[in-house]
Amino acid sequence: MADVLAVPLHATHKHDASDNYLTNPRGLKSWLTTVDHKRIGIMYLWAILAAFLIGGVFALLVRIELLTPKTTIMSAETYNKMFSLHGAVMVFLFIIPSIPAALGNFALPLMLGAKDVAFPRLNLLSYYIYVVGAILGITAMVGGGIDTGWTFYTPYSSTTGGAVSLMTFAAFVLGFSSIFTGINFIATIHKLRAPGMTWYQMPLFCWSMYATAVIQVLATPVLGITLLLLIMERTFHIGIFDPKLGGDPVLFQHFFWFYSHPAVYIMIVPGMAIISELIPTFSKKSIFGYKAIGFSSIAIALLGFLVWGHHMFVAGQSQLASTLFSFLTFFVAIPSGVKVFNWLATMYRGSISLETPMLYAISFLLLFSIGGLTGLFLGMMSVDIHLHDTYFVVAHFHYVMMGGTVIAFLGGLHYWWPKMFGRMYNENLGRIACALIFVGFNATFLPQFVLGSRGMPRRYYNYLEQFQPLHQFSTFGSWILGLGLFMVAGNLLASLRKPYDAPRNPWGGRTFEWETQSPPITHNFDFDPVLKHGPYDYRPEKLPPRPGVLSPARPAGGHS
Amino acid sequence: MNWFRQLILPIEGSTLARDVDNAYLFVTLVSLFFFVLVAGLAALFVWRYRRRGPNEITPHITHNLGLEVTWTTIPLVLVMGLFFWGFYGFMRAQIAPGEAMEVQVTAKKWQWQFEYPDGMRTLNELHVPLGKPVRLVMTAEDVLHSFYVPSFRVKHDVIPNRYTEVWFEPTKAGTHQVFCTEYCGKGHSDMLAKIVVEDEQSYQKWLIEGDESMKSMPLAELGKLVWENRGCSTCHALDGTRGQGPSWKGIFGQTHKFADGASAPVDANYIRESLMEPQKHVVQGFEGIMPTYQGLLRPREVLGVIEFIKTLK
Repeated sequence: MADVLAVPLHATHKHDASDNYLTNPRGLKSWLTTVDHKRIGIMYLWAILAAFLIGGVFALLVRIELLTPKTTIMSAETYNKMFSLHGAVMVFLFIIPSIPAALGNFALPLMLGAKDVAFPRLNLLSYYIYVVGAILGITAMVGGGIDTGWTFYTPYSSTTGGAVSLMTFAAFVLGFSSIFTGINFIATIHKLRAPGMTWYQMPLFCWSMYATAVIQVLATPVLGITLLLLIMERTFHIGIFDPKLGGDPVLFQHFFWFYSHPAVYIMIVPGMAIISELIPTFSKKSIFGYKAIGFSSIAIALLGFLVWGHHMFVAGQSQLASTLFSFLTFFVAIPSGVKVFNWLATMYRGSISLETPMLYAISFLLLFSIGGLTGLFLGMMSVDIHLHDTYFVVAHFHYVMMGGTVIAFLGGLHYWWPKMFGRMYNENLGRIACALIFVGFNATFLPQFVLGSRGMPRRYYNYLEQFQPLHQFSTFGSWILGLGLFMVAGNLLASLRKPYDAPRNPWGGRTFEWETQSPPITHNFDFDPVLKHGPYDYRPEKLPPRPGVLSPARPAGGHS
Repeated sequence: MNWFRQLILPIEGSTLARDVDNAYLFVTLVSLFFFVLVAGLAALFVWRYRRRGPNEITPHITHNLGLEVTWTTIPLVLVMGLFFWGFYGFMRAQIAPGEAMEVQVTAKKWQWQFEYPDGMRTLNELHVPLGKPVRLVMTAEDVLHSFYVPSFRVKHDVIPNRYTEVWFEPTKAGTHQVFCTEYCGKGHSDMLAKIVVEDEQSYQKWLIEGDESMKSMPLAELGKLVWENRGCSTCHALDGTRGQGPSWKGIFGQTHKFADGASAPVDANYIRESLMEPQKHVVQGFEGIMPTYQGLLRPREVLGVIEFIKTLK
C-alpha cells in the first residue's frame, strides 16, 4: 500500500479563497469558452436544475389534474402532453446528465487528483450539444408538444400530430452529449489518476462513474438509431415500425428498451456512486467491502444490457424470450442488495453524524430498498401480468429514479456545495427540507403502489371514482414534496450571498477534493496530489493531526 | 392475510387470480422482511453509533468474506424461487384449455368490439358464462391497445396486424371492469368495457334476447344507455360542446351542412344512416373518423338513439 507516508498538514494552509476557479478568470466570455471541468460542471448544474424545475412543474400540474376523476384543470389533450413532457424532460434533460455531467464533471477529476478531464474541449462540446438539444426540446414543447409518453411507442408515435419528430431529434442530439461525457470519463479514469492511485484506491464514486460511462457509450447509439428510424418513418413514410406500412411495432419496443433499460442504470448507478462516498465520510469509517461495491457497479452495468425484455412480458414477445428475460432480471437484485448491505455494514461501529448529506444517504437507503424490492414483484412474470402499466410501475420507478437517483443527487449536491461555491448552507434548514422531501415523497408514491395493485392503469386522464381518495392523498403528498424541494433551492441559493466561509474539508472526507481549498483554484490543487492513503482510511495514524488536539490513543491491534 | 388481500388487491374473479395473489403476498412478506431489516439496522446504527465527539476512533473493518457470501447467496436462492413461481403462473396464463369458448376482440380508438362464435357482435360489453373458460383472440385496427381485467389478473397488448390472446375462467358472477392499459391517445382512459359473468341459463337467454331490462325500457332511455355504453359519448357531447364529433344537443330537425357541400335535415333516416354508414355524410368541419355500427346495435337500440336525440333540446 502506498499509504505509509503522512498526510500533508492542510490545516496549516492559509485560507485565501478569493482566488479560485469561480473568479479567475472573470467575465461571461471566460465562462462560455471555458474548458475547466469545474466550470463546465457548474454550467451543467444550472442547466439541469432549470430542467428539473420545468419537469417538476409539469409533475405538479399532472397531480393537480388527478385530484378529481374527471376534468379538473385541463383537457385530456393537455394532460397527455403534460405527462409526456414531464417524462421526457426529467429523463433526457435532467436525470441522465444530473449526476455524471454536473456533479461528476466537477468532482471526478478532483477525486482522481487530476487537473482536468482527459479531453477538456470535448467536455465543453458535450455541454453545448446538451444546450442545443435542450433548445430543440423546448422548441418542440412550445411548438406543438408531444402526446406520446416519453417512450414514443409506435405506431401511435408514427401517426400522432405534434412535434414528435423534433422532440425525438432533440433526444438524439442529447444522446451525443451523454456519449461524449462517457468517453471523457473512461479516458480520464484510465489515464489521469494521481501517482500512486491504483484502481483499487480510487474512490468508489469513480468506479460507478466508470460503469455508467461504459453504458453511456455502448447503449446510447442504439437509442439514437431508433429515434432516427422513427423520424424517417414519420417524415418519409418508410415502413419500419408502423404495421400500416408493413413495419413491426414490437420491434420499436425492443430497440427502445435495449437503450432505455441500460439507461435506468445510467441513472441509478451514479446515485449509488454518491452514496458510497457519503456513508463512509459521515460514519468516519472505512467502507465495508470496497471490491464488492466496485464490482457490483460493473455487474449491474453489464447485466443491465441483458434484461430489456422485462418491459415486454405482455407486449407480444415470445414466451421463451420473456422467460429468459425474467430469469436474468432477478440477477440484478443481487449486486443491488450487496451494495445496500455493504453500506449498512459500513455504518456498523462507525461514528455517525447526521448532517444534511447523510440524511439524504439514509433516505436513499430506505427509498431505494423499497424501489428495489418492488422490482421483485415486477420481475415475476405472473405478477407482472397484473401490475404491468399500472400505477404500481409508476410508483416503483419513481422510488428508484427519484427516491434513489434524485435523493442521491441532492445528497451529493449538499456534500459538494461547500467545495463548489465555498459557502456553507444553513444546516438546520437543509435537514428540515430533507425531512419534508422524505415525507412528501412517500406520501406521493406509497399510495400509488396500492392504486396499481387494485388495478388503476397509468396514463389515465379520467379514472373510476373508487380510486379518488388515494389519488388525492398522492396529490397532497406532491405538494409537501414540492415545498421541500423549494426549500432546498432557497437554502442553497441564499448561501451564495454570504462571503466564502467553507473550510477545505467540512465533513472530514478522505478523498483528494477535500485537500484543496474551497472553492478550488483554477488548476485544482495548490500541491502535487500524491496518494498517501486509501480513499476511506480513517485509521488514526493516517488522519491529519488536528491543531490543539492530542493525538488519540491507537486502538489495540491496528495494522495496515 | 385475507384482510390484507382484500385491502390491496381487486376481487378474485378467475381461476388464475389465486396463484397470482399468493405470489404477490409472498413477495410482500419477503419485501417487508428485508425493508424492516434495512431500516431497522440503519436506525439502530444511527442511534447506537452516533458521533459523540470530533475525535472518535472507528475500527478499520475492510470486509468479511463469510458475511458477504451469506448476503449474496441467500437472496440468490430466494430470487430464483421467485423466478420459478412467476414462470409457473405465467405459463398457466398463456395456455388456454382446449375447450375454451373463443371470442374475437377488435380494439380501436377508443372502443372494444367483441364477436361471438355465432357472429353476434357487441360493443364494450362482453357476456360470458360462469365457470367456463373463455379465450379472447385480439387484434387492433389502429395503434397498440392492451386488454386488462384486474379482477381476472389478465392483461395482454393488442397489436395491429397480429393476433394476441388472453384466457380466463370466471369464478365470480357479476360485472368486471376492463381497462385499456396501453396508452392510445385522447380517449385512452375512456376506453373501458365490462365483462358480465352470469350463470349458463341467463347467459343463453342474453344471447337470444339481450338484456331483460333493455326490453322494457322506454326508447329514449335505451338510447341514452347506448350513448353511454357503446362509445357515442367519447365523441358526441350532449351539452353543445364540440368533441371529435358534433354535439347532439338540439340537432333533431336542424339542417346539417356536409363536407361535400350538400346539406340535409337531421331526421330519423339521417341518424340511422349516420350509424350504419357514417362516412357517407360527414358534417362540415369534422373528420370522418366515426366507425360503423352496422350489426352492432339491435333494431330497438337504433330506434332508441333516434328517440334520445329527439329529447335533447
